[in-house]
Amino acid sequence: MPEALMPRLSDTMTEGILVQWLKREGDQVSRGDVIAEVETDKATMEVEAYHSGVLTRIIAEPGSVVPIGQPIAVIGDAADADAVPASVNPVVAAAAPQSATAVSAPPGRAAVPATRTSRGTARSPLARSLARKYGLDLSRITGTGPGGRIVRADVEAAVSAQAGTRPAPGTPAPSRSTTRPPATTDSPDDERTPLSSIRRITAQRLAESAAAPHFYLTSVVDAGALLRLRADLNEALAGDGPKVSVTDVLIRACAITLRAHPEVGSSWAGEHIVRHGHVNIGSAVALEDGLIVPVVCDADRKSLAEIATEAHALTGRARAGKLTPGEFTGGTFTISNLGTYGVDHFTAVINPPEAAILAVGTAREEAVVRDGQLSVATTMKLTLTIDHRVLDGATAAAFLRDLVDLLEHPLRIVV
Amino acid sequence: MTVMTYRQALHDTLRAELQRDESVILLGEEIGVFEGSYKITAGLLTEFGPARVRDTPIAEEGFVGAAIGAAMLGMRPVVEIMTINFSLLAIDQLVNHAAKMHAMFGGQVSVPLVIRTPGGGGQQLAATHSQNLEVWYAHVPGMKVVAPATPADAKALLTAAIRDDDPVLFLENLALYNTKGEVPDTEQLGRIGSAAVVRPGRDLTVVSYSRGVVIALEVANQLERDGVSIEVVDLRSLRPLDRETVCASVRKSSRAVVLEDDWLSFGVGAEIAATVQEGAFDYLDAPVRRVAAAEIPLPYAKPLERAALPSAADLIRVIGELLDATRFTHAEGGS
Repeated sequence: MPEALMPRLSDTMTEGILVQWLKREGDQVSRGDVIAEVETDKATMEVEAYHSGVLTRIIAEPGSVVPIGQPIAVIGDAADADAVPASVNPVVAAAAPQSATAVSAPPGRAAVPATRTSRGTARSPLARSLARKYGLDLSRITGTGPGGRIVRADVEAAVSAQAGTRPAPGTPAPSRSTTRPPATTDSPDDERTPLSSIRRITAQRLAESAAAPHFYLTSVVDAGALLRLRADLNEALAGDGPKVSVTDVLIRACAITLRAHPEVGSSWAGEHIVRHGHVNIGSAVALEDGLIVPVVCDADRKSLAEIATEAHALTGRARAGKLTPGEFTGGTFTISNLGTYGVDHFTAVINPPEAAILAVGTAREEAVVRDGQLSVATTMKLTLTIDHRVLDGATAAAFLRDLVDLLEHPLRIVV
Repeated sequence: MTVMTYRQALHDTLRAELQRDESVILLGEEIGVFEGSYKITAGLLTEFGPARVRDTPIAEEGFVGAAIGAAMLGMRPVVEIMTINFSLLAIDQLVNHAAKMHAMFGGQVSVPLVIRTPGGGGQQLAATHSQNLEVWYAHVPGMKVVAPATPADAKALLTAAIRDDDPVLFLENLALYNTKGEVPDTEQLGRIGSAAVVRPGRDLTVVSYSRGVVIALEVANQLERDGVSIEVVDLRSLRPLDRETVCASVRKSSRAVVLEDDWLSFGVGAEIAATVQEGAFDYLDAPVRRVAAAEIPLPYAKPLERAALPSAADLIRVIGELLDATRFTHAEGGS
């Protein structure tokens, strides 16, 4: 009788939380029907039935955490409903075969302990050879195969996490002290918070970024013209779609500048550098317990109004945990704007494998000197963080110079 | 191409070889007047006469020995042994004589002998008439063992076996005789010792031979609808064994199941599992699994017989366990 299994809905997913069932026991389901919603490490997603039949039994109750590949329900003929094994463990269920046929199993298979001690966990030969190929340390990977065996799926998940198709950066770079393990004194006043999956991924991705040699370039933008343009636009477009935010203008401005400096839209890929043919701009969105970076694809080919509409929708879905993987992967450059929090200046951590990220501070009136005269201007500090393996100082500086120039002459952003 | 049964393909090939080469002769119990227990030799006595299509006494050691002698002197005898179970009466002739002559006489003689014999259970013929003993012969250097699964391969491999200068055990199967398939009309000379990928796939390799291939294809088609892409390798020949085709498939799929009609211990699956770990170790994501007959003398009672023989359901269950053990997801195909 076919079982519906917890699907792998993202490359980094190892387990999912069953949010709710959209079908009930006894319901007829067809292949392709959405039967449940599952929360992954990134988003809440729909689970489709791979078999047609009757949902004879729900194994995973709402709220339960199920590793990928484990059954969440049984789909069979209505008549089978009573014959469903109660076990949620397919290995155990298989131990009571209905036929006498001889089937091989590695000796002692059932006795393999879930965790091993001195020799480490079991690894499949394929997992070992893939780890050699990718230069991965298997002792840092959690196995999801039988008895905790590390299988190909685990290695590939680790590789794609490292290669970074899914972001989560944009935060201020951690100071040295915060990267140390916390003090180990166990005070009764301390609270230990278990890591949520989004926190775990965020932490992992940021730690990976630390491996890249960074350098930072800061420029001050006279934002007066930019802010006036934005205000004019919003007045002109009032009621016609969402308001254009400073971030939207920055997405468009970065996209235009990236088209002129395609080398900035590159990725470090170990043995080579990938120069991306598309300009896909991510902007970091703070979630309750982590970060996610929805991506506006081909931002250089979209109008400011299109970008504003798309970014607004993406941010809303990101906060609701409803982004699909396609919406937070594939970025070639990221913007992190903490200006709305009143931050003057900060440096952002690169979103691997991208080569650069732009940190945007708040717009503030400052005393500036122009042509020898002291005057007041609204300025914004932009800081570019660059992966020095991919880009050198002069290239990055030229990009930043042109970006600043564009932002100070913003009519070119809307044409 | 003509669609015909496995039985018809065997019959037509025997007839064609009798016509082509005067040194080809047929021997066996009830193959002449009665036209064979499974009617493979229907009409051949009438057409070719008793000198070339010869009914023998019920004495396997005697007529296999006679055939070996004839082969040594230049004939190409094709012996029908009614079932592989009866070949045990002639096993000394086959293992100690037919398989040894060429080497022990320093290459001065060859034994171009074919033993045609059906194996397999499922016909309620009980424990002594339902065995799969092909691996006994596949174990012996000097023998060749072929086991075609389709009418086309039956034609090509029987032609090759008859023209081969070494003794060949040609394994048939009671359950295959009425299966149909396309058979080329022209002469087909198969190559003994080459396996075939009879169905390409991506996610998992099922290795089988003879009747098992039919089950494996059925299961592969069924699981395709569930999004699992299964490659089926038909061994076709157990000795020589085409290890490279098996390993190449597993290097691609990283998962392997062997479906065999014989018993599990020391069976074909054991040899394939060893072959895979030698030739594709670094590509395996989980141990090779085997689906084989229950290790008991086969019961007569129908439900018990059915439970003891490997079925499509057994294969599906083990494939499912292997996919789970390697955390298979349907998204994998894209990677």
